[in-house]
Amino acid sequence: MDVSDLIEKDILEYLKVHQQKGLLRFITCGSVDDGKSTLIGRLLYDSKMIFEDQLAALESDSKKVGTQGGEIDFALLVDGLAAEREQGITIDVAYRFFSTDKRKFIVADTPGHEQYTRNMVTGASTADLAVILMDARKGVLVQTRRHSFLVSLIGIKNVVLAINKMDLVGYSQETFDKIVADYRAFAKQIGFENILAIPISGLKGDNITEASTNTPWYKGPTLMRHLETVEIEEQVRSAPFRMWVQWVNRPDLDFRGFSGQITSGVVRPGDRIRALPSARESRVARIVTKDGDLKEAIAGQSVTITLKDEIDISRGDLLASAEALAGVADQFNAMLVWMSDAPLLPGRPYWLKIGARVISASVTEIKHKIHVNTLEQLAAKALELNEIASVNLSVDQPIPFDAYTENKDTGGFILIDRMTNATVAAGMIQFALRRSQNIHWQAVDVDKSVRAALKGQKACVLWFTGLSGSGKSTIANLVEKQLYALGRHTYMLDGDNVRHGLNRDLGFADTDRVENIRRVAEVSKLMVDAGLITLVSFISPFRAERRLARDLLEDDEFLEVFVDTPLEEAEKRDPKGLYKKARAGEIKNFTGISSPYETPEKPEVRIDTTKMTAEEAAAFILRQLEDRGMLMGYRVPEDTTPTA
Amino acid sequence: MPGLNNLQRLEAESIHIMREVVAECDNPVMLYSIGKDSAVMLHLAAKAFYPSKPPFPLLHVDTTWKFKAMYEMRERMAKELGFELLVYKNPEALAKNINPFDHGSALHTDMWKTEGLKQALDKYKFDAAFGGARRDEEKSRAKERIFSFRSAQHRWDPKQQRPELWRLYNAKKHKGESIRVFPISNWTELDVWQYIYLEKIPIVPLYYAAERPVVNRGGTLIMVDDDRMPLLPGEKPMMKKVRFRTLGCYPLTGAIESEAATLPDIIQEMLLTKSSERQGRVIDHDAAASMEKKKQEGYF
Repeated sequence: MDVSDLIEKDILEYLKVHQQKGLLRFITCGSVDDGKSTLIGRLLYDSKMIFEDQLAALESDSKKVGTQGGEIDFALLVDGLAAEREQGITIDVAYRFFSTDKRKFIVADTPGHEQYTRNMVTGASTADLAVILMDARKGVLVQTRRHSFLVSLIGIKNVVLAINKMDLVGYSQETFDKIVADYRAFAKQIGFENILAIPISGLKGDNITEASTNTPWYKGPTLMRHLETVEIEEQVRSAPFRMWVQWVNRPDLDFRGFSGQITSGVVRPGDRIRALPSARESRVARIVTKDGDLKEAIAGQSVTITLKDEIDISRGDLLASAEALAGVADQFNAMLVWMSDAPLLPGRPYWLKIGARVISASVTEIKHKIHVNTLEQLAAKALELNEIASVNLSVDQPIPFDAYTENKDTGGFILIDRMTNATVAAGMIQFALRRSQNIHWQAVDVDKSVRAALKGQKACVLWFTGLSGSGKSTIANLVEKQLYALGRHTYMLDGDNVRHGLNRDLGFADTDRVENIRRVAEVSKLMVDAGLITLVSFISPFRAERRLARDLLEDDEFLEVFVDTPLEEAEKRDPKGLYKKARAGEIKNFTGISSPYETPEKPEVRIDTTKMTAEEAAAFILRQLEDRGMLMGYRVPEDTTPTA
Repeated sequence: MPGLNNLQRLEAESIHIMREVVAECDNPVMLYSIGKDSAVMLHLAAKAFYPSKPPFPLLHVDTTWKFKAMYEMRERMAKELGFELLVYKNPEALAKNINPFDHGSALHTDMWKTEGLKQALDKYKFDAAFGGARRDEEKSRAKERIFSFRSAQHRWDPKQQRPELWRLYNAKKHKGESIRVFPISNWTELDVWQYIYLEKIPIVPLYYAAERPVVNRGGTLIMVDDDRMPLLPGEKPMMKKVRFRTLGCYPLTGAIESEAATLPDIIQEMLLTKSSERQGRVIDHDAAASMEKKKQEGYF
């Protein structure tokens, strides 16, 4: 039976069916030139969301200001604010609604060019699916890449490629196939896998709701059919239980509940949960709603949870499954989309809101910004409106989190300007830079302390930093030899050697140097986890990266060894003849000559090579290890104690 | 196990929004217009904070010209759901006896509603006010945020609104500024009716068709709700089976002829009808951008 027949003949049956209707939120990406407004207007029109009075207004408007020569101009249906209409500019995200007998739809329409990134990211943040619109005459354009990158950045997995204006290319399959092939080549770079490409004409209605007779070669679904039936990812459901505590519900002394919207997973009475960041554990007693207690609640539901134990929980805490905890940290790497006219300044404090938690945060470093059109990584000191960057971020207290790719609601955040209160950035946590100490993690049977104990040592990193030719590698080699002689388990990461293998793709520009150190820091962390005493011998000229390496480890696991040799002295030694070449301009970005070396402020060990021989320095370092209990009982013979 | 359906998702979102406001604002209030959207909003508020009572009062900015049945519903709902009820009437409008017949709909609305609302918010120092507006109601509303910021002078600046990402609402504001919050932004008219049906939410009986005394004024059927209604020479109220799609001041609200006496009937009629919801509002018959102007001036 046709829907309107059903409405007329059996409204009760209709209501029964429609109360079970699902909701799909999607975003349309494209500019006015791609026919975006026309497409949305067409969807509204075809799903019969236009009333007669609106249609009459549309017809009269189409004659007055339409662009279709007096024909119905669907674009006018989705036209917005008066100021915009007069000035011909768009400043925002508009949400449109339509429904069919299968689903209700909310379309985020993000018109405009100026504020495009900001608006699109905003609209995409709540979308389950993205429709990327292209003009069949033009193929994959720079803006197509930009839209696609933003869609992938915000983590939308369902992508529809709507190749529009097929009527203007004679419904050519060849044209369509070529565009799709071009796009797929590009889409691989940004990790899109499931893309459905549909040849359409928003203006003529081809493959919108009805399969077009103009494209007999196209066997896939129409756009509407796909929107109605596409499976929305249920990953959030299968993910571990998470709920931000929005509000502590205390009607009287006998009831203490925690109200919030479940962001992922399932919860049942009896489940073991922990409140983060405190990590206090309890069990779920009841899941309370006004409609009665629930036996089970799932992602998306707003509920009130009571616990079996009285533990201290307040707004902004995260209730998480005790079986799969979220992380807790106070330093992060994150992707940031800057949305304010005033630029982002590293070091400046902003408010950060994640879930129900508002805390103070600052960007400690802009790792690199990403050119939205070319995906190039560029160095940056500040971020301007609509720029996107990978940044390191520090917050003033440890907060619970998951990586954004795992969970949007525990990994996505906004930054708020403290003066204007404006929302200035959207952020997505990628990973934590340092794990907080106060979390009791699920015991792993074999962990690094066990591995190290078997070797009779404590694992650590000896991070040798200093100018080229300062004697880092020489001293590090001697230290490793002595440790070996003592039966200790070691590994040496040397700058030159690593650059031949793991880091051979990196050059000497600042961004590459940062990446060089980041990789070595991560590798040394793994070595420590394996229980090894790890010697790292890298110039590592920047404080921030040495800090990063330090932050990856526990406090007592990182010993910064500053091999302090004055530039004149190192240049005089010049064991590899590099200074000579640098002075001659044959080597660019040479530390000390054409690139800065930032002296360590508080190294654990400082070796003044003008006062100590390499052997004395090695012995001195061994004593330092002994004093810190890293060698577990071994005593350095007295006679090697340096005189300096 | 299926995921949440449309109405469940909307309900959970609205509850989330209300809790955020209560947690982050000092002195919130819920604007109560007594219509169907307000009815849904009240119902959601009762759910959001259960077993606590909703931790904010209801504010009705009264024009003294609402339908009698609306006043009855107002008292009943506040009592049943445990809300504190505040009623505010602009004293200047009261003193000047502002009414739609002598002063026209524009001045009437401006004095009683726009000015009245500003005065009430100032008087009680509310820093957040829930309203029942929906994005599907009207074109300019499609771009309205869920958290809509107003200056200390209650003005809305379309260029100064904040982007809303994910479920994160930025409720920070300076002293004197306030937020209008629209927790049912993403509901459509059909969603509202389906939810009322499903949850058995009480609504003003005027939504149901019944024999009522009306006069025909320029093609709009106006109900003669009390004896303040001046009849034109020769004009006689006639009994017609009518109902209302939206409710406001009775002299400004057009009735439609209808047989829809139950909720399913209403929904059926709505789905089969050919005209939009706001058509019955006399106030909207201005230029296309009228709502926008009103909003900038502070009309809800």
